[in-house]
Amino acid sequence: MTDTIAPSDVPAKARPPLRLHPLALRVMHWTNAVAMIVMILSGWAIYNDEVLFGWLHFPHWMTLGDGPEGALQWHFLAMWVLMANGLAYLVYGLATGRFRRMLLPIRLGEIVAEVRAALAFRLSHDDLTRYNAVQRVLYVAIILIGVLQVLSGLAIWKPVQFSELAVLFYDFQTARLVHFLCMAAIVAFLLVHVALALLVPRTLVAMVTGGPPLPREPAAAPAPAPANPVPMTADPMPTAADAASAGHEAELQPGQSERMQPKPEQSGQSERMEPKAGPPEEMKS
Amino acid sequence: MSHRPPSRSRFRPGGGIDQSAMEENRALLRAIDRRKILRGGLSLGALTLLTGCDVTRRDSVQSVLRAVSSWNDRAQALLFRPNHLAPTYSPDKVVKPPRFNAYYDVEDVTPVDGDTWKLELAGLIADKRPWTLRQIYELPEQEIIIRHICVEGWDYIGQWSGPNLRRFLERIGADLTARYVAFRCADNYYGSIDMASALHPQTLLATKYAGEPMADPFGFPLRLRTAVKLGFKNPKWITAMEVTNEWRGGYWEDRGFNWFSGI
Repeated sequence: MTDTIAPSDVPAKARPPLRLHPLALRVMHWTNAVAMIVMILSGWAIYNDEVLFGWLHFPHWMTLGDGPEGALQWHFLAMWVLMANGLAYLVYGLATGRFRRMLLPIRLGEIVAEVRAALAFRLSHDDLTRYNAVQRVLYVAIILIGVLQVLSGLAIWKPVQFSELAVLFYDFQTARLVHFLCMAAIVAFLLVHVALALLVPRTLVAMVTGGPPLPREPAAAPAPAPANPVPMTADPMPTAADAASAGHEAELQPGQSERMQPKPEQSGQSERMEPKAGPPEEMKS
Repeated sequence: MSHRPPSRSRFRPGGGIDQSAMEENRALLRAIDRRKILRGGLSLGALTLLTGCDVTRRDSVQSVLRAVSSWNDRAQALLFRPNHLAPTYSPDKVVKPPRFNAYYDVEDVTPVDGDTWKLELAGLIADKRPWTLRQIYELPEQEIIIRHICVEGWDYIGQWSGPNLRRFLERIGADLTARYVAFRCADNYYGSIDMASALHPQTLLATKYAGEPMADPFGFPLRLRTAVKLGFKNPKWITAMEVTNEWRGGYWEDRGFNWFSGI
Protein backbone atom coordinates (compact mmCIF):
# COMPACT_ATOMS: atom_id res chain seq x y z
CA MET A 1 0.00 0.00 0.00
CA THR A 2 1.13 3.49 -0.66
CA ASP A 3 1.08 4.71 2.86
CA THR A 4 3.14 2.18 4.74
CA ILE A 5 6.26 3.61 6.16
CA ALA A 6 9.01 3.51 3.62
CA PRO A 7 12.38 2.25 4.72
CA SER A 8 14.52 5.20 5.66
CA ASP A 9 17.11 4.34 3.07
CA VAL A 10 14.74 4.95 0.16
CA PRO A 11 15.55 8.33 -1.41
CA ALA A 12 12.74 10.67 -0.56
CA LYS A 13 12.84 12.55 -3.83
CA ALA A 14 12.48 9.41 -5.91
CA ARG A 15 8.72 9.24 -5.33
CA PRO A 16 5.92 11.79 -5.54
CA PRO A 17 4.63 13.12 -2.22
CA LEU A 18 1.84 11.22 -0.53
CA ARG A 19 -1.56 12.78 -0.92
CA LEU A 20 -4.06 13.38 1.85
CA HIS A 21 -6.34 10.71 0.36
CA PRO A 22 -4.34 7.89 -1.26
CA LEU A 23 -5.84 6.46 -4.43
CA ALA A 24 -6.85 3.20 -2.73
CA LEU A 25 -8.81 5.14 -0.14
CA ARG A 26 -10.54 7.30 -2.74
CA VAL A 27 -11.58 4.22 -4.74
CA MET A 28 -12.97 2.60 -1.58
CA HIS A 29 -14.79 5.79 -0.57
CA TRP A 30 -16.64 6.17 -3.86
CA THR A 31 -17.28 2.45 -4.25
CA ASN A 32 -18.84 2.55 -0.81
CA ALA A 33 -20.87 5.62 -1.72
CA VAL A 34 -22.41 3.95 -4.77
CA ALA A 35 -22.97 0.58 -3.08
CA MET A 36 -24.45 2.19 0.03
CA ILE A 37 -26.90 4.31 -1.96
CA VAL A 38 -28.01 1.23 -3.95
CA MET A 39 -28.46 -0.67 -0.68
CA ILE A 40 -30.48 2.15 0.90
CA LEU A 41 -32.81 2.78 -2.06
CA SER A 42 -33.43 -0.91 -2.76
CA GLY A 43 -33.78 -1.54 0.99
CA TRP A 44 -36.60 1.01 1.14
CA ALA A 45 -38.48 -0.88 -1.58
CA ILE A 46 -37.97 -4.17 0.31
CA TYR A 47 -39.17 -2.49 3.51
CA ASN A 48 -42.31 -1.24 1.75
CA ASP A 49 -43.36 -4.83 1.02
CA GLU A 50 -43.80 -5.47 4.77
CA VAL A 51 -43.46 -2.29 6.79
CA LEU A 52 -42.24 -2.19 10.38
CA PHE A 53 -44.13 1.02 11.11
CA GLY A 54 -47.63 1.53 9.76
CA TRP A 55 -47.06 5.26 9.33
CA LEU A 56 -43.92 4.86 7.27
CA HIS A 57 -43.93 3.93 3.60
CA PHE A 58 -41.18 5.16 1.31
CA PRO A 59 -42.51 6.87 -1.84
CA HIS A 60 -42.05 4.74 -4.93
CA TRP A 61 -39.92 7.36 -6.69
CA MET A 62 -37.40 7.21 -3.84
CA THR A 63 -36.87 3.47 -4.23
CA LEU A 64 -34.77 1.35 -6.54
CA GLY A 65 -36.02 -1.74 -8.37
CA ASP A 66 -39.29 -2.67 -10.02
CA GLY A 67 -41.24 -4.21 -7.17
CA PRO A 68 -39.75 -6.27 -4.37
CA GLU A 69 -38.17 -8.81 -6.73
CA GLY A 70 -36.16 -6.14 -8.54
CA ALA A 71 -35.26 -4.40 -5.30
CA LEU A 72 -34.04 -7.69 -3.82
CA GLN A 73 -31.91 -8.28 -6.92
CA TRP A 74 -30.29 -4.86 -6.47
CA HIS A 75 -29.86 -5.41 -2.73
CA PHE A 76 -28.20 -8.80 -3.21
CA LEU A 77 -25.93 -7.43 -5.94
CA ALA A 78 -24.75 -4.36 -4.03
CA MET A 79 -24.30 -6.31 -0.79
CA TRP A 80 -21.29 -8.15 -2.22
CA VAL A 81 -19.74 -4.88 -3.36
CA LEU A 82 -20.45 -3.28 0.00
CA MET A 83 -19.10 -6.19 2.05
CA ALA A 84 -15.95 -6.72 -0.03
CA ASN A 85 -15.23 -3.01 -0.10
CA GLY A 86 -15.98 -2.59 3.60
CA LEU A 87 -13.74 -5.50 4.48
CA ALA A 88 -10.93 -4.03 2.36
CA TYR A 89 -11.43 -0.69 4.13
CA LEU A 90 -11.24 -2.27 7.60
CA VAL A 91 -8.12 -4.25 6.68
CA TYR A 92 -6.58 -1.12 5.16
CA GLY A 93 -7.41 1.03 8.17
CA LEU A 94 -6.09 -1.50 10.65
CA ALA A 95 -3.03 -2.65 8.69
CA THR A 96 -1.78 0.84 7.91
CA GLY A 97 -2.48 2.12 11.42
CA ARG A 98 -4.76 4.74 9.97
CA PHE A 99 -7.69 4.05 12.29
CA ARG A 100 -5.50 4.39 15.37
CA ARG A 101 -3.81 7.47 13.99
CA MET A 102 -6.89 9.26 12.74
CA LEU A 103 -9.65 8.09 15.06
CA LEU A 104 -7.94 7.70 18.44
CA PRO A 105 -7.81 8.80 21.14
CA ILE A 106 -11.34 9.93 21.81
CA ARG A 107 -11.46 12.13 24.89
CA LEU A 108 -14.69 13.27 26.46
CA GLY A 109 -13.29 16.69 27.40
CA GLU A 110 -12.36 17.42 23.80
CA ILE A 111 -15.75 16.34 22.56
CA VAL A 112 -17.53 18.67 24.99
CA ALA A 113 -15.21 21.56 24.11
CA GLU A 114 -15.69 21.05 20.39
CA VAL A 115 -19.43 20.64 20.53
CA ARG A 116 -19.49 23.96 22.40
CA ALA A 117 -17.21 25.53 19.83
CA ALA A 118 -19.33 24.21 17.00
CA LEU A 119 -22.49 25.61 18.57
CA ALA A 120 -20.74 28.97 18.84
CA PHE A 121 -19.58 28.68 15.20
CA ARG A 122 -15.99 28.77 16.36
CA LEU A 123 -14.99 25.32 15.10
CA SER A 124 -11.75 25.63 13.23
CA HIS A 125 -11.07 23.52 10.18
CA ASP A 126 -7.82 24.85 8.82
CA ASP A 127 -6.05 21.54 8.72
CA LEU A 128 -7.66 18.91 6.52
CA THR A 129 -5.28 16.23 7.71
CA ARG A 130 -6.59 16.06 11.29
CA TYR A 131 -9.94 15.06 12.63
CA ASN A 132 -11.41 16.96 15.52
CA ALA A 133 -12.88 15.02 18.42
CA VAL A 134 -16.46 15.21 17.11
CA GLN A 135 -15.37 13.84 13.77
CA ARG A 136 -13.49 11.03 15.46
CA VAL A 137 -16.56 10.02 17.42
CA LEU A 138 -18.79 10.19 14.35
CA TYR A 139 -16.42 8.25 12.12
CA VAL A 140 -15.84 5.53 14.71
CA ALA A 141 -19.60 5.36 15.26
CA ILE A 142 -20.44 5.08 11.57
CA ILE A 143 -17.84 2.35 11.05
CA LEU A 144 -19.32 0.37 13.96
CA ILE A 145 -22.86 0.99 12.71
CA GLY A 146 -21.76 -0.20 9.27
CA VAL A 147 -20.45 -3.42 10.81
CA LEU A 148 -23.69 -3.85 12.78
CA GLN A 149 -25.68 -3.19 9.62
CA VAL A 150 -23.86 -5.97 7.76
CA LEU A 151 -24.26 -8.37 10.70
CA SER A 152 -27.99 -7.68 11.09
CA GLY A 153 -28.36 -8.02 7.32
CA LEU A 154 -26.68 -11.43 7.41
CA ALA A 155 -28.97 -12.42 10.29
CA ILE A 156 -32.02 -11.52 8.17
CA TRP A 157 -30.66 -13.14 5.02
CA LYS A 158 -29.57 -16.43 6.66
CA PRO A 159 -31.32 -16.83 10.04
CA VAL A 160 -30.86 -20.61 9.81
CA GLN A 161 -27.40 -20.98 8.27
CA PHE A 162 -26.10 -18.19 10.53
CA SER A 163 -28.38 -19.06 13.47
CA GLU A 164 -25.53 -18.47 15.92
CA LEU A 165 -25.34 -14.88 14.68
CA ALA A 166 -29.10 -14.43 14.31
CA VAL A 167 -29.76 -15.31 17.95
CA LEU A 168 -27.74 -12.22 18.97
CA PHE A 169 -30.53 -10.14 17.41
CA TYR A 170 -33.19 -12.00 19.46
CA ASP A 171 -35.58 -12.93 16.67
CA PHE A 172 -36.31 -12.20 13.02
CA GLN A 173 -38.36 -9.03 13.48
CA THR A 174 -35.92 -7.52 15.98
CA ALA A 175 -33.11 -8.21 13.51
CA ARG A 176 -35.16 -6.34 10.90
CA LEU A 177 -35.63 -3.50 13.38
CA VAL A 178 -31.88 -3.28 14.06
CA HIS A 179 -31.27 -3.33 10.31
CA PHE A 180 -33.78 -0.51 9.88
CA LEU A 181 -32.37 1.62 12.71
CA CYS A 182 -28.81 1.22 11.41
CA MET A 183 -30.09 2.30 7.99
CA ALA A 184 -31.67 5.38 9.59
CA ALA A 185 -28.38 6.22 11.34
CA ILE A 186 -26.44 5.77 8.09
CA VAL A 187 -28.88 7.98 6.19
CA ALA A 188 -28.62 10.66 8.91
CA PHE A 189 -24.83 10.47 8.75
CA LEU A 190 -24.94 10.63 4.96
CA LEU A 191 -27.08 13.80 4.99
CA VAL A 192 -24.78 15.59 7.46
CA HIS A 193 -21.67 14.28 5.71
CA VAL A 194 -22.76 15.51 2.28
CA ALA A 195 -24.09 18.83 3.63
CA LEU A 196 -20.81 19.62 5.38
CA ALA A 197 -18.76 18.51 2.39
CA LEU A 198 -20.75 20.92 0.23
CA LEU A 199 -20.19 23.70 2.76
CA VAL A 200 -16.43 23.17 2.47
CA PRO A 201 -16.20 22.11 -1.17
CA ARG A 202 -12.44 21.60 -1.13
CA THR A 203 -13.00 18.49 0.95
CA LEU A 204 -15.09 17.11 -1.89
CA VAL A 205 -12.40 18.00 -4.43
CA ALA A 206 -9.79 16.37 -2.23
CA MET A 207 -11.73 13.10 -2.20
CA VAL A 208 -11.60 13.14 -6.01
CA THR A 209 -8.08 14.39 -6.70
CA GLY A 210 -6.33 13.16 -3.57
CA GLY A 211 -5.98 16.51 -1.86
CA PRO A 212 -2.80 18.34 -0.87
CA PRO A 213 0.53 16.65 -0.30
CA LEU A 214 1.03 15.64 3.27
CA PRO A 215 3.20 17.64 5.61
CA ARG A 216 6.47 16.04 6.56
CA GLU A 217 7.28 14.52 9.91
CA PRO A 218 9.86 16.60 11.77
CA ALA A 219 13.23 15.09 12.55
CA ALA A 220 12.35 14.42 16.16
CA ALA A 221 8.99 14.28 17.80
CA PRO A 222 8.88 16.32 20.99
CA ALA A 223 6.96 13.80 23.06
CA PRO A 224 6.30 10.08 22.85
CA ALA A 225 2.51 10.51 22.81
CA PRO A 226 1.51 13.51 20.74
CA ALA A 227 -1.33 11.72 19.00
CA ASN A 228 -3.75 14.47 19.84
CA PRO A 229 -2.20 16.81 22.36
CA VAL A 230 -4.17 19.95 21.51
CA PRO A 231 -7.85 20.17 20.71
CA MET A 232 -8.63 21.26 17.21
CA THR A 233 -10.50 24.32 18.39
CA ALA A 234 -7.55 25.68 20.25
CA ASP A 235 -5.14 25.08 17.46
CA PRO A 236 -5.94 26.80 14.18
CA MET A 237 -2.30 26.50 13.12
CA PRO A 238 -1.21 23.08 14.23
CA THR A 239 2.40 22.38 14.90
CA ALA A 240 4.33 20.06 12.69
CA ALA A 241 4.04 17.39 15.33
CA ASP A 242 0.30 17.75 15.33
CA ALA A 243 0.11 17.50 11.60
CA ALA A 244 2.31 14.44 11.60
CA SER A 245 0.31 12.75 14.29
CA ALA A 246 -2.86 13.34 12.36
CA GLY A 247 -1.92 10.95 9.64
CA HIS A 248 -2.08 11.48 5.95
CA GLU A 249 -5.33 9.99 4.81
CA ALA A 250 -8.90 10.62 5.70
CA GLU A 251 -12.46 10.04 4.80
CA LEU A 252 -14.27 12.98 3.38
CA GLN A 253 -13.96 15.58 6.08
CA PRO A 254 -16.82 17.96 6.28
CA GLY A 255 -16.03 20.78 8.58
CA GLN A 256 -12.39 21.07 7.67
CA SER A 257 -10.69 22.85 4.87
CA GLU A 258 -7.49 21.67 3.45
CA ARG A 259 -4.25 23.47 3.91
CA MET A 260 -3.26 24.10 0.34
CA GLN A 261 0.23 25.43 0.93
CA PRO A 262 2.51 23.05 2.71
CA LYS A 263 5.72 24.54 3.97
CA PRO A 264 8.31 24.65 1.21
CA GLU A 265 10.65 22.24 2.91
CA GLN A 266 7.78 19.78 3.17
CA SER A 267 6.99 19.51 -0.47
CA GLY A 268 8.66 16.79 -2.41
CA GLN A 269 8.90 14.52 0.58
CA SER A 270 7.51 11.10 -0.04
CA GLU A 271 7.91 9.87 3.48
CA ARG A 272 5.53 11.15 5.98
CA MET A 273 7.44 9.95 8.95
CA GLU A 274 10.75 8.43 9.79
CA PRO A 275 10.36 5.19 11.72
CA LYS A 276 12.46 6.50 14.58
CA ALA A 277 10.64 9.83 14.66
CA GLY A 278 7.03 8.74 14.96
CA PRO A 279 5.38 8.22 18.30
CA PRO A 280 4.92 4.56 19.21
CA GLU A 281 1.19 4.42 18.52
CA GLU A 282 1.74 5.53 14.98
CA MET A 283 4.08 2.72 14.16
CA LYS A 284 2.67 0.05 11.99
CA SER A 285 3.83 -3.05 10.38
CA MET B 1 -12.03 7.93 -44.17
CA SER B 2 -8.36 7.20 -44.11
CA HIS B 3 -6.97 3.80 -43.38
CA ARG B 4 -4.44 3.57 -40.64
CA PRO B 5 -1.59 1.13 -41.18
CA PRO B 6 -2.27 -2.20 -39.48
CA SER B 7 -1.07 -2.03 -35.92
CA ARG B 8 1.23 -4.52 -34.29
CA SER B 9 -1.41 -5.44 -31.72
CA ARG B 10 -1.45 -9.08 -30.72
CA PHE B 11 -5.21 -8.98 -31.01
CA ARG B 12 -5.21 -8.03 -34.66
CA PRO B 13 -4.37 -10.45 -37.47
CA GLY B 14 -1.02 -9.69 -39.11
CA GLY B 15 -2.00 -10.21 -42.75
CA GLY B 16 -4.63 -7.51 -43.10
CA ILE B 17 -8.37 -8.04 -43.57
CA ASP B 18 -9.51 -10.96 -45.69
CA GLN B 19 -11.66 -9.46 -48.45
CA SER B 20 -13.08 -12.74 -49.78
CA ALA B 21 -16.14 -12.63 -47.51
CA MET B 22 -16.95 -9.18 -48.92
CA GLU B 23 -16.70 -10.50 -52.48
CA GLU B 24 -18.91 -13.51 -51.78
CA ASN B 25 -21.66 -11.43 -50.16
CA ARG B 26 -21.60 -8.41 -52.45
CA ALA B 27 -25.25 -8.90 -53.39
CA LEU B 28 -26.34 -9.02 -49.77
CA LEU B 29 -24.32 -5.96 -48.92
CA ARG B 30 -25.96 -4.04 -51.74
CA ALA B 31 -29.38 -5.01 -50.45
CA ILE B 32 -28.77 -3.29 -47.13
CA ASP B 33 -30.50 0.04 -47.46
CA ARG B 34 -28.75 2.74 -45.52
CA ARG B 35 -31.88 4.84 -45.42
CA LYS B 36 -33.75 1.99 -43.81
CA ILE B 37 -31.12 1.76 -41.11
CA LEU B 38 -31.31 5.49 -40.50
CA ARG B 39 -35.09 5.40 -40.36
CA GLY B 40 -35.02 2.40 -38.04
CA GLY B 41 -32.53 4.16 -35.82
CA LEU B 42 -34.75 7.23 -35.65
CA SER B 43 -37.76 5.09 -34.73
CA LEU B 44 -35.79 3.39 -31.99
CA GLY B 45 -34.63 6.79 -30.74
CA ALA B 46 -38.22 8.07 -30.72
CA LEU B 47 -39.31 4.96 -28.87
CA THR B 48 -36.79 5.55 -26.11
CA LEU B 49 -38.03 9.15 -25.81
CA LEU B 50 -41.59 7.91 -25.48
CA THR B 51 -40.81 5.39 -22.76
CA GLY B 52 -38.54 7.81 -20.99
CA CYS B 53 -35.78 5.29 -20.66
CA ASP B 54 -33.22 3.53 -22.77
CA VAL B 55 -34.79 0.23 -23.79
CA THR B 56 -31.57 -1.60 -24.52
CA ARG B 57 -29.83 -0.33 -21.41
CA ARG B 58 -32.78 -1.40 -19.31
CA ASP B 59 -32.56 -4.89 -20.78
CA SER B 60 -28.85 -5.14 -20.10
CA VAL B 61 -29.35 -4.01 -16.49
CA GLN B 62 -32.01 -6.71 -16.14
CA SER B 63 -29.68 -9.37 -17.51
CA VAL B 64 -26.90 -8.30 -15.13
CA LEU B 65 -29.29 -8.48 -12.18
CA ARG B 66 -30.51 -11.93 -13.23
CA ALA B 67 -26.93 -13.13 -13.73
CA VAL B 68 -25.98 -11.96 -10.24
CA SER B 69 -29.10 -13.65 -8.87
CA SER B 70 -28.00 -17.01 -10.31
CA TRP B 71 -24.53 -16.35 -8.97
CA ASN B 72 -26.19 -15.84 -5.59
CA ASP B 73 -27.85 -19.26 -6.02
CA ARG B 74 -24.39 -20.84 -6.18
CA ALA B 75 -23.08 -18.72 -3.29
CA GLN B 76 -26.01 -19.84 -1.11
CA ALA B 77 -25.47 -23.48 -2.07
CA LEU B 78 -21.88 -23.09 -0.82
CA LEU B 79 -23.06 -21.48 2.43
CA PHE B 80 -25.62 -24.24 3.01
CA ARG B 81 -24.85 -26.49 5.99
CA PRO B 82 -26.62 -29.81 5.24
CA ASN B 83 -26.77 -31.01 8.84
CA HIS B 84 -27.19 -27.68 10.61
CA LEU B 85 -30.63 -27.59 12.22
CA ALA B 86 -32.90 -24.55 12.20
CA PRO B 87 -34.01 -23.27 15.62
CA THR B 88 -37.17 -24.98 16.87
CA TYR B 89 -39.73 -23.63 19.30
CA SER B 90 -42.11 -24.75 22.01
CA PRO B 91 -45.77 -25.54 21.12
CA ASP B 92 -47.09 -22.48 23.01
CA LYS B 93 -45.41 -20.20 20.44
CA VAL B 94 -47.31 -21.74 17.54
CA VAL B 95 -49.61 -19.34 15.67
CA LYS B 96 -53.06 -20.80 14.93
CA PRO B 97 -54.19 -20.76 12.24
CA PRO B 98 -51.07 -20.17 10.15
CA ARG B 99 -50.81 -17.09 7.96
CA PHE B 100 -52.18 -17.53 4.45
CA ASN B 101 -50.06 -16.74 1.43
CA ALA B 102 -50.45 -17.48 -2.28
CA TYR B 103 -50.42 -15.57 -5.53
CA TYR B 104 -54.16 -14.93 -5.08
CA ASP B 105 -56.50 -14.12 -2.21
CA VAL B 106 -57.67 -16.63 0.34
CA GLU B 107 -61.28 -16.45 -0.99
CA ASP B 108 -60.01 -17.79 -4.31
CA VAL B 109 -58.55 -20.99 -2.89
CA THR B 110 -59.98 -24.04 -4.65
CA PRO B 111 -60.14 -26.92 -2.15
CA VAL B 112 -58.61 -30.23 -3.22
CA ASP B 113 -60.66 -33.41 -2.82
CA GLY B 114 -58.57 -35.72 -0.65
CA ASP B 115 -60.45 -38.83 -1.79
CA THR B 116 -59.53 -38.47 -5.45
CA TRP B 117 -56.20 -36.70 -4.91
CA LYS B 118 -53.04 -38.50 -5.98
CA LEU B 119 -49.36 -37.63 -5.76
CA GLU B 120 -47.84 -38.31 -9.18
CA LEU B 121 -44.12 -39.10 -9.40
CA ALA B 122 -41.82 -38.42 -12.32
CA GLY B 123 -38.19 -38.21 -13.35
CA LEU B 124 -35.27 -40.04 -11.76
CA ILE B 125 -37.40 -42.22 -9.48
CA ALA B 126 -37.33 -46.05 -9.50
CA ASP B 127 -40.92 -46.57 -8.31
CA LYS B 128 -43.15 -44.01 -10.01
CA ARG B 129 -46.48 -45.43 -8.84
CA PRO B 130 -48.72 -42.58 -7.67
CA TRP B 131 -49.55 -42.25 -3.97
CA THR B 132 -53.01 -41.86 -2.47
CA LEU B 133 -53.59 -39.77 0.63
CA ARG B 134 -54.31 -42.90 2.66
CA GLN B 135 -50.88 -44.28 1.72
CA ILE B 136 -49.21 -41.00 2.65
CA TYR B 137 -50.95 -41.01 6.06
CA GLU B 138 -49.56 -44.50 6.72
CA LEU B 139 -45.97 -43.28 6.49
CA PRO B 140 -44.08 -42.41 9.68
CA GLU B 141 -44.64 -38.80 10.68
CA GLN B 142 -42.17 -36.19 11.79
CA GLU B 143 -43.15 -32.97 13.56
CA ILE B 144 -41.25 -29.71 13.47
CA ILE B 145 -42.03 -26.36 15.08
CA ILE B 146 -40.17 -23.85 12.97
CA ARG B 147 -40.25 -20.23 11.90
CA HIS B 148 -41.86 -19.48 8.56
CA ILE B 149 -40.17 -16.47 6.95
CA CYS B 150 -41.74 -14.80 3.94
CA VAL B 151 -39.62 -13.01 1.36
CA GLU B 152 -41.78 -9.96 2.08
CA GLY B 153 -40.46 -9.77 5.64
CA TRP B 154 -43.15 -11.24 7.88
CA ASP B 155 -42.79 -14.42 9.88
CA TYR B 156 -44.61 -16.75 12.27
CA ILE B 157 -43.92 -19.95 14.13
CA GLY B 158 -45.75 -23.00 12.81
CA GLN B 159 -46.08 -26.63 13.83
CA TRP B 160 -45.97 -29.00 10.88
CA SER B 161 -46.02 -32.76 10.58
CA GLY B 162 -45.84 -35.33 7.82
CA PRO B 163 -43.38 -37.74 6.23
CA ASN B 164 -39.75 -36.66 6.09
CA LEU B 165 -38.92 -35.88 2.47
CA ARG B 166 -35.53 -37.59 2.54
CA ARG B 167 -37.04 -40.84 3.79
CA PHE B 168 -39.80 -40.56 1.22
CA LEU B 169 -37.28 -40.04 -1.59
CA GLU B 170 -35.33 -43.06 -0.39
CA ARG B 171 -38.51 -45.10 -0.17
CA ILE B 172 -39.50 -44.42 -3.79
CA GLY B 173 -35.98 -45.04 -5.04
CA ALA B 174 -35.21 -41.50 -6.12
CA ASP B 175 -31.77 -40.63 -7.46
CA LEU B 176 -30.44 -38.63 -4.49
CA THR B 177 -27.55 -37.36 -6.60
CA ALA B 178 -29.92 -35.53 -8.94
CA ARG B 179 -29.83 -31.73 -8.81
CA TYR B 180 -33.44 -30.76 -8.21
CA VAL B 181 -36.73 -31.86 -6.70
CA ALA B 182 -39.55 -30.10 -8.54
CA PHE B 183 -43.22 -29.77 -7.61
CA ARG B 184 -46.47 -29.07 -9.45
CA CYS B 185 -49.57 -27.94 -7.62
CA ALA B 186 -53.35 -28.06 -8.00
CA ASP B 187 -53.46 -24.26 -8.42
CA ASN B 188 -50.87 -24.32 -11.23
CA TYR B 189 -48.20 -23.07 -8.85
CA TYR B 190 -44.88 -24.77 -9.43
CA GLY B 191 -41.42 -24.72 -7.89
CA SER B 192 -38.18 -26.57 -7.42
CA ILE B 193 -35.53 -26.87 -4.73
CA ASP B 194 -31.94 -28.11 -4.68
CA MET B 195 -31.38 -31.72 -3.63
CA ALA B 196 -29.28 -30.74 -0.59
CA SER B 197 -32.22 -28.78 0.86
CA ALA B 198 -34.62 -31.61 -0.04
CA LEU B 199 -32.46 -34.01 1.99
CA HIS B 200 -32.21 -31.68 5.02
CA PRO B 201 -33.54 -33.35 8.20
CA GLN B 202 -36.12 -30.56 8.63
CA THR B 203 -37.74 -30.89 5.21
CA LEU B 204 -41.19 -32.50 5.27
CA LEU B 205 -44.09 -33.35 3.04
CA ALA B 206 -46.51 -31.83 5.53
CA THR B 207 -50.06 -33.12 5.98
CA LYS B 208 -50.92 -31.63 9.37
CA TYR B 209 -50.72 -28.31 11.17
CA ALA B 210 -50.66 -28.13 14.97
CA GLY B 211 -51.59 -31.83 15.12
CA GLU B 212 -54.73 -31.41 13.01
CA PRO B 213 -55.22 -32.21 9.31
CA MET B 214 -54.10 -29.17 7.34
CA ALA B 215 -56.94 -26.79 6.38
CA ASP B 216 -57.61 -26.02 2.71
CA PRO B 217 -55.98 -22.56 2.53
CA PHE B 218 -52.67 -23.90 3.80
CA GLY B 219 -52.15 -26.67 1.28
CA PHE B 220 -54.43 -29.62 2.01
CA PRO B 221 -53.74 -32.43 1.43
CA LEU B 222 -49.97 -32.16 0.92
CA ARG B 223 -47.46 -29.35 0.95
CA LEU B 224 -43.74 -28.94 1.30
CA ARG B 225 -42.45 -27.51 4.55
CA THR B 226 -38.72 -26.97 4.85
CA ALA B 227 -36.95 -25.05 7.60
CA VAL B 228 -34.17 -23.97 5.26
CA LYS B 229 -36.09 -21.95 2.65
CA LEU B 230 -38.24 -18.84 2.44
CA GLY B 231 -42.00 -19.35 2.49
CA PHE B 232 -42.62 -19.24 -1.26
CA LYS B 233 -40.22 -22.18 -1.71
CA ASN B 234 -42.81 -24.39 0.05
CA PRO B 235 -45.42 -25.33 -2.58
CA LYS B 236 -48.93 -26.12 -1.34
CA TRP B 237 -51.59 -28.46 -2.78
CA ILE B 238 -48.82 -30.56 -4.37
CA THR B 239 -50.06 -32.95 -7.07
CA ALA B 240 -46.78 -34.07 -8.65
CA MET B 241 -43.17 -34.42 -7.67
CA GLU B 242 -40.23 -34.86 -10.03
CA VAL B 243 -36.59 -35.67 -9.36
CA THR B 244 -34.55 -34.20 -12.17
CA ASN B 245 -31.33 -32.66 -13.38
CA GLU B 246 -33.29 -30.27 -15.61
CA TRP B 247 -33.91 -26.68 -14.56
CA ARG B 248 -37.56 -26.27 -13.53
CA GLY B 249 -37.50 -22.77 -12.02
CA GLY B 250 -40.61 -21.73 -10.14
CA TYR B 251 -43.64 -19.45 -10.20
CA TRP B 252 -42.07 -16.51 -8.33
CA GLU B 253 -38.54 -17.35 -9.42
CA ASP B 254 -39.51 -16.97 -13.07
CA ARG B 255 -40.81 -13.50 -12.12
CA GLY B 256 -37.45 -12.40 -10.75
CA PHE B 257 -37.28 -13.70 -7.19
CA ASN B 258 -34.09 -15.50 -6.26
CA TRP B 259 -34.34 -19.24 -6.93
CA PHE B 260 -32.28 -20.69 -4.06
CA SER B 261 -33.86 -18.39 -1.44
CA GLY B 262 -32.31 -20.32 1.42
CA ILE B 263 -32.50 -18.96 4.93
